[in-house]
Amino acid sequence: MVGIVVVSHSQKLAEGVVEVSRMMASNARIVAAGGLDDGSTGTSFAKISRAIDAVYSEDGVAVLMDMGSAVMTTEMVIESMEDRRIRMFDCPLVEGAVVAALEAVMGSPLEVIEAKASEARLTKKIME
Amino acid sequence: MMTLDSKKMIKIFNNIASKVEEEKAFLTELDTAIGDGDHGINLARGFHAVAEKLSQMEEDDDTGSVLKTVGMQLVSTVGGASGPLYGTAFMKAGAVSKGKRELDAVGFLAAFEAAVDGVKMRGKAVPGEKTMLDALCPACDALKISIAGGDDLKTAVWKAVEAAEKGVAFTKTIIATKGRASYLGERSLGHQDPGATSSLLMLRVIAESL
Repeated sequence: MVGIVVVSHSQKLAEGVVEVSRMMASNARIVAAGGLDDGSTGTSFAKISRAIDAVYSEDGVAVLMDMGSAVMTTEMVIESMEDRRIRMFDCPLVEGAVVAALEAVMGSPLEVIEAKASEARLTKKIME
Repeated sequence: MMTLDSKKMIKIFNNIASKVEEEKAFLTELDTAIGDGDHGINLARGFHAVAEKLSQMEEDDDTGSVLKTVGMQLVSTVGGASGPLYGTAFMKAGAVSKGKRELDAVGFLAAFEAAVDGVKMRGKAVPGEKTMLDALCPACDALKISIAGGDDLKTAVWKAVEAAEKGVAFTKTIIATKGRASYLGERSLGHQDPGATSSLLMLRVIAESL
């Protein structure tokens, strides 16, 4: 099963996204990498690395980020793990994580999950 | 001829750590106005870790490995956007300085250019977006012209400082289109960019320490 890592500046936000994702996909291999080691806001290279290690398998890992340093720090973590199958998803954090967790549990491969999660940005919340 | 060896380089990084600590509140104040208010605290934490790491490092003549160590420390400890940005900058500078026991003016320029390219690559940014590049790019150009004209390293770095000062002043006049400040749109006008400011601070410490 594809693993999922949620990276955010806030530990609470990352954990919250994981919590919401597990509502529909309780068996998903999804973990939070939010905030710095001491719990304050920011993004931590070490925390993201550990989170990827925790859910990594040959099926690969999807990383979803909030913004700014979350994206850049994740990029550097992935560069340090050159030989691994890891993808950064460009999608809304909450909706993307929910879709990704569902797809992962259903056994979809990383590429399919990425396409579905990216579609989440087009889904309207309020219909005209 | 003036050159920069690894010992002097470590001294400069210690001076940068002190300076950033001194200016922590100022940088954070700038970042509170148009960002997420953590630039000073983050950078101070990062350079504190850099100074500590360098003090524990076994004596190493290779300027490239000093720069690489600095970069990796910043990436691991800063926690904000300046971590990957400055981290990449110093790691790229380290890569082109690998194996060099000292940097002359040309070697310094090569390292500086690699650093600036690293920031552009990591931030997917160009000058004019109200970022550290608005200080770094003019500084790099000034450095290049000065060194090509035969100036020694210290003189060239001072010219880079002057260019970076103008760059920082320029950031007050433009709207942010990259980074957290871009969410503010026109409200970012009139404020100087914290990242450009910290770049200027570092450059000034280098000029003073050479």
